[in-house]
Amino acid sequence: MTTEHTHDTHDHAGAHASDHHDDHDHKPTGFMNRWLFTTNHKDIGTLYLVFSLIMFLIGGSMAMVIRAELFMPGLQLVEPDFFNQMTTMHALIMVFGAVMPAWVGFANWMIPLMVGAPDMALPRMNNWSFWILPFAFTMLLSTLFMDSGGPAAGWTLYPPLSLQTGQSFAFVVFAVHMMGVSSIMGSINVIATILNMRAPGMTLLRMPLFVWTWLITAFLLIAVMPVLAGAVTMLLTDHFFGTSFFNAAGGGDPVMFQHIFWFFGHPEVYIMILPAFGVVSEILPTFSRKPLFGYAAMVYATASIAFLSFIVWAHHMFSVGMPLSGELFFMYATMLIAVPTGVKVFNWVSTMWKGSMTFETPMLFAIGFVVLFTIGGLSGLMLAIASVDLQYHDTYFVVAHFHYVLVPGAVFALMAGTYYWLPKWTGNMYSEKWGKIHFWLSAISVNILFFPQHYLGLAGMPRRIPDYSTQFADFNMLSSIGGFIFGASQLIFVGVIIHCVYRSKVKATSRVWEGAKGLEWTVPSPAPYHTFDVPPPINAQTVAHADEYDH
Amino acid sequence: MKKSNIVIVTLAVTAAVAAAFWLLLVAPAFTGNEINLTRGVTDFAQKNYELHMVVLWICVVIGILVFSAMFVSIFLHRKSRGYEAAQFTHSTKAEIVWTIIPVLILVIMAVPATRALIHMEVAPETEMTIKITGFQWRWRYEYLEDGVDFISSLQADSNAARRLASGVDPETVDNYLLDVDKRVVIPVDTKIKFLITADDVIHAWWVPALGWKRDAVPGFINEAWTEVKEPGVYRGQCAELCGKDHGFMPIVVEAVSKEDYAAWVQSQQDQLAVEKREAERLWSLQELMDHGQEVYATQCATCHQADGEGLAPAFPALAGSTVTTGPIEAHIKVVLDGVNGTAMPAWGGMLSETDIAAALTYTRNAFGNETGDLVQPRTIVRIKNG
Ligand code: HEM
Ligand SMILES: [Cu+2]
Ligand SMILES: [Cu+2]
Repeated sequence: MTTEHTHDTHDHAGAHASDHHDDHDHKPTGFMNRWLFTTNHKDIGTLYLVFSLIMFLIGGSMAMVIRAELFMPGLQLVEPDFFNQMTTMHALIMVFGAVMPAWVGFANWMIPLMVGAPDMALPRMNNWSFWILPFAFTMLLSTLFMDSGGPAAGWTLYPPLSLQTGQSFAFVVFAVHMMGVSSIMGSINVIATILNMRAPGMTLLRMPLFVWTWLITAFLLIAVMPVLAGAVTMLLTDHFFGTSFFNAAGGGDPVMFQHIFWFFGHPEVYIMILPAFGVVSEILPTFSRKPLFGYAAMVYATASIAFLSFIVWAHHMFSVGMPLSGELFFMYATMLIAVPTGVKVFNWVSTMWKGSMTFETPMLFAIGFVVLFTIGGLSGLMLAIASVDLQYHDTYFVVAHFHYVLVPGAVFALMAGTYYWLPKWTGNMYSEKWGKIHFWLSAISVNILFFPQHYLGLAGMPRRIPDYSTQFADFNMLSSIGGFIFGASQLIFVGVIIHCVYRSKVKATSRVWEGAKGLEWTVPSPAPYHTFDVPPPINAQTVAHADEYDH
Repeated sequence: MKKSNIVIVTLAVTAAVAAAFWLLLVAPAFTGNEINLTRGVTDFAQKNYELHMVVLWICVVIGILVFSAMFVSIFLHRKSRGYEAAQFTHSTKAEIVWTIIPVLILVIMAVPATRALIHMEVAPETEMTIKITGFQWRWRYEYLEDGVDFISSLQADSNAARRLASGVDPETVDNYLLDVDKRVVIPVDTKIKFLITADDVIHAWWVPALGWKRDAVPGFINEAWTEVKEPGVYRGQCAELCGKDHGFMPIVVEAVSKEDYAAWVQSQQDQLAVEKREAERLWSLQELMDHGQEVYATQCATCHQADGEGLAPAFPALAGSTVTTGPIEAHIKVVLDGVNGTAMPAWGGMLSETDIAAALTYTRNAFGNETGDLVQPRTIVRIKNG
């Protein structure tokens, strides 16, 4: 298949680059050929995005079960063990099934278009890294229907508790292995594409920030996914083959698992947020009609955050009983992350400053991201203070923190990006009215959902409990109401996408947005099946933001 | 004109952020429920509270500055107002300023943060030691100097009300989910060392009023310390997911004067002596069944269930099981030593001989087991002493 593509790529090289006609797309015909065997970066990107949207809805319905049980004190709906399966599965699905694959989908669609490459560097591996995922998640979800139930020890899978999971544990471990393989292949592809396939003249410091953040993310993924794979493999052998990596009675150490897990886990949270930084750095300049402020500083800040993310892991373990010197080190290192994170926020605000702003849906979500992510960053700073974390840790305060950075953080950025590039992907404009309704409902309800959780945590409500003492009743009910509205609002998102793809009558132009800059806007909408068969010219008009072109 | 707009937006943002913050301080007056971190009753807890408020203030001020700048810009620099975009792309001066100032703020925060941590982690000479062991889903407390040793579980009313669709309104239960059958009694103005560990999985012992939580890790012993200044009852919960009943293993610390503490220790020891004597006499089947039912309800039923049917696959049924209806020696051994690699703990070190004998007798005769067997407390005493 690939050879065939390369072949007709040469045939039509001239035609595609100069005048834009999409009648010579040569899309494979037939469902299997088009989707199962595809090596086309746009089709694979679409597969990833659709898959992650489905996972977002499945993970979201689990969250609805959780919020429904927590609506009032007492157990009304589910047994505690099933509740724990829900919290565990919700997190695993959202992290590995929704957010990460969604970013890979964006990478597939946009990186070749943004650096002027005809496709990803390794198209067959690209196909494989996607098609592993449906099997991994079918396997993971199937554990809910097994006799021993799904995993219920939290997404962190701490032993010895996780080792009490029944036979289904093996399926969980293999599912995690498969996700890891998929992520690693995806990252290798991203790195190979960015380092080898850029159009001549697209130097590293002319790349759009989304490409930069993904390049750094890909290195993080390659560094930490094997660590996670190793950790769960040790759990597997402890569970089924009698080893004692984490069993104190056999000479092992349960805390060692936590160190290994968080050596993966902290970079993992940046894997979910760095591409979000990238998307927001694309959107704010477009709708401010003004170049990104401090492009180079943004690149360096991203790189320093990535570096620091490797040396802060034990801030998740302040209560585990570490030596004082260790706690001090991890506290200082964690506080330090606030500096490059602050630089990013200040640069975004400066990008907007004295711009000529309009507020289409992508811009609304991007602004929502900056405000609400900042709140999450500030609570992160509070959590970094080790002695006070001995109070905050494992309470709803932490739940509020990470949901602020992940939901109105990473997920809002995903939505912003979707609205931003949807016209480019489909050739149609989405409904601006419904996009805005989606934004306002989401932005308001997400705060009703998560803001009260700060108060709950401070007042002493632990996380991961199915029932709570009556003093926490009011804010839990408020939070649940926010949760239901937020959940329902996402159906609007699905509706807007379906409408845009199949029903919308408004055709998109190539540039789509008045202030849009960058190579992806030089190709027609929808982007033809094959783009940049000949490398595009790189100049001030086609480079989104690079310091050298800004004077 | 322009200036007044800036002022208006800044004020609006300040008001919004301040409102969220203000709620923290005043909500208790309206709802009767605390929604901020507790000040606590130890020096450390109070230091932590102050540190928390300082950092929160800093975050609030940073938030106000950033969001004001942003909303001023959103308000003024919009195309619909005919604003023309400037085209500047960076300002080295500004970027240096907003790198250096945050670093300075962090350094200022780091000083009290370091002090507080040292206060917690460098324990002073302590006057007494309590060993805390977490297991699914209870806490065991051993007073190493005073020879007191007991298990503390969720109080019975809460335990009944918390069942799925129990029909009991939690509002009618005193201290729902935050009450126990036996409190940890400690003297005030005494430096107490805690040795914290676990039997099965990781738990975390947390009483907010003391200002910290510490993980209970099986196979390892963590240290922590406290010195409570005010007599009172302080409630907390397990803070590390430890399985299905993680939400149902509360902690209640009762701080009393030194004299009251001494009296409490005396009463505990007297009770222990009574129990010792009781264990030596011969018990009737009825007595053992009655007492056994109580022990079963508080200790065994969480896993094996009130009807003895267990919860497959983790918790085996006792009704009709080969252990409860098989040879007595094997049954006794399972209960005394626990079953390795499962949630079944070694009860031998945790319950009195009488409790164990009663539970054995009860489970051999309840749930239709009807073996007619009777296990005397003194049998258990003899087995335990080898
Ligand atoms: C200024 C930046 C940040 C700082 C200083 C920070 C700090 C922390 C700290 C200290 C904890 C541990 C709290 C505890 O368990 O007691 C934590 C938890 C967490 N953070 Fe952050 N954080 C920051 C940004 C982020 C970002 C960007 C993300 C993800 C996009 C994130 C996701 C999480 C998650 C998922 C957890 C909880 C994990 C768990 O226990 O399940 N954080 N953060
Ligand atoms: Cu972290
Ligand atoms: Cu627990």
